[in-house]
Amino acid sequence: MLCQECGVRPATLHFTKIVNGEKTEFHICENCAREKGELIPGTSGGFSIHSLLSGLLDLEGASKGKSTAEPKPHEVRCEECGMTYGQFSKLGRFGCSSCYKYFDKGLDPLFKRVHGSTSHVGKIPKRIGAQIQFKRQIDELKEQLQQAIVEEEFESAAELRDQIRKLEKEIAQE
Amino acid sequence: MPDLRFTEQALSEWMRSGGSHSEIVISTRVRIARNIQHHPFPLLATKNQADEILNVLAPVVDQNQEAGYGTFELVKLDELEELDKKVLVEKHLISPNLVNDSRSGAVLLNEDESVSIMLNEEDHLRIQCLFPGFQVREAWERATAIDDIFEESVDYAFDVKRGYLTSCPTNVGTGLRASVMMHLPALVMTHQISRILSAVNQVGLTARGIYGEGSEAAGNIFQISNQITLGQTEAEIIDNLHGVAIQIIEHERNARQRLLDDSALRITDRIMRSYGILSYAAVMELKEASQRLSDVRLGVDLGILKAPSISVLNELNVKTQPGFLQKMFGEELSSAECDMYRAKLLRDTLGITH
Ligand SMILES: [Zn+2]
Ligand SMILES: [Zn+2]
Repeated sequence: MLCQECGVRPATLHFTKIVNGEKTEFHICENCAREKGELIPGTSGGFSIHSLLSGLLDLEGASKGKSTAEPKPHEVRCEECGMTYGQFSKLGRFGCSSCYKYFDKGLDPLFKRVHGSTSHVGKIPKRIGAQIQFKRQIDELKEQLQQAIVEEEFESAAELRDQIRKLEKEIAQE
Repeated sequence: MPDLRFTEQALSEWMRSGGSHSEIVISTRVRIARNIQHHPFPLLATKNQADEILNVLAPVVDQNQEAGYGTFELVKLDELEELDKKVLVEKHLISPNLVNDSRSGAVLLNEDESVSIMLNEEDHLRIQCLFPGFQVREAWERATAIDDIFEESVDYAFDVKRGYLTSCPTNVGTGLRASVMMHLPALVMTHQISRILSAVNQVGLTARGIYGEGSEAAGNIFQISNQITLGQTEAEIIDNLHGVAIQIIEHERNARQRLLDDSALRITDRIMRSYGILSYAAVMELKEASQRLSDVRLGVDLGILKAPSISVLNELNVKTQPGFLQKMFGEELSSAECDMYRAKLLRDTLGITH
């Protein structure tokens, strides 16, 4: 089925909206969904990006549930604001910044679809920038250390361990 | 009592100067979304929590007056009349979201209204910078400078992997939305617009009409903005929008030239008729007003009409919106009365006066 908006791309999102007992069906592609979603003055409460994202998230959950025996992720709860993944799926919005941590497992496919990417490469707040650079470095060194141990290169492993210790000390002093 | 000057003038001070490519690009807007760590997003915040956000963020600009973006005034939404809120939306100074879904929503506006900082919108902080004409890089530079000022005094919600954490997954990463508002009548008239808009979609940008529904833009005005906020640097996003906008400007120019070459008489007639109707009509619906104003703007840009100035046309685009009409002619206008006063306003500005 082709998207009813652009008529070009295949429709991947299907919605039923019921207003005053009247049922309307939408079959649209993600591009058009995103376009329609941003609200325009005078049309508030219409066809919001959040309800569409929610469709996207549910899609993710549904396909997972069918193919594997994994437990549904809907009960996962953010311990800071109390939002569950199920609520997040419905609202299409996070409750607080910690939600990103608690729902992390389900986010990569979503971000991949929305942005075509899963990690940030842009601006970093100046004040925490230095620390982040350290952390990125330490993570890299730890990976190398792991590798060195696996390959039984104990001399370079010891060197890496010392480097990590030194960086961790510097972070602690910040 | 809030200062009402923001809603009494139709045109923000910043809109009065032209900016580059102003015959096609009306304005440029950059918005960045930020949140404070360990505070629930506005969606879940209680009234107290939302007030706390206001108390933390609102004073920041006052303490940084020397930064050179003017004096800021805090306008709290719940102290405004419904009509004034509507006018702020029509001037693009606040979002409909801030009006409809916000607890303790507020906006910090500088004197010329070129910086509008929304508090407790979908995110705690939304820094918006507006420039006339085509100034994508300039708008980004100002927005990021103001972002730096806030960052010095508050702890942003930031994650190494995901970047700036926002309430909606579509803003995560850079939190950056950059857009240019373009007047593209020749591309619409020559039926090239849909092809161009779908090409725009394929490079991670999105195009939509302003004050209109879907792809059918009222007054041939389109807003082109970035869709992707994660996995690209701010510079890449800005450059991409800049590059694509330049190409659209080029296409619009060529289409205008072709219209002049192939059908000068027809296009002149259309422009003259629209000018005549705007100057003499007694009833004018918004949709028709937008279309006719678009024709007149094209006429001025092509040199077919000597007047009115682009600044007057920009002003009319705002003033003919329902909120502003009600502000000028009475709060309780029916839609039929709106159409009548809209026609009167247009006659008073462009043509005969009685
Ligand atoms: Zn489509
Ligand atoms: Zn949370």
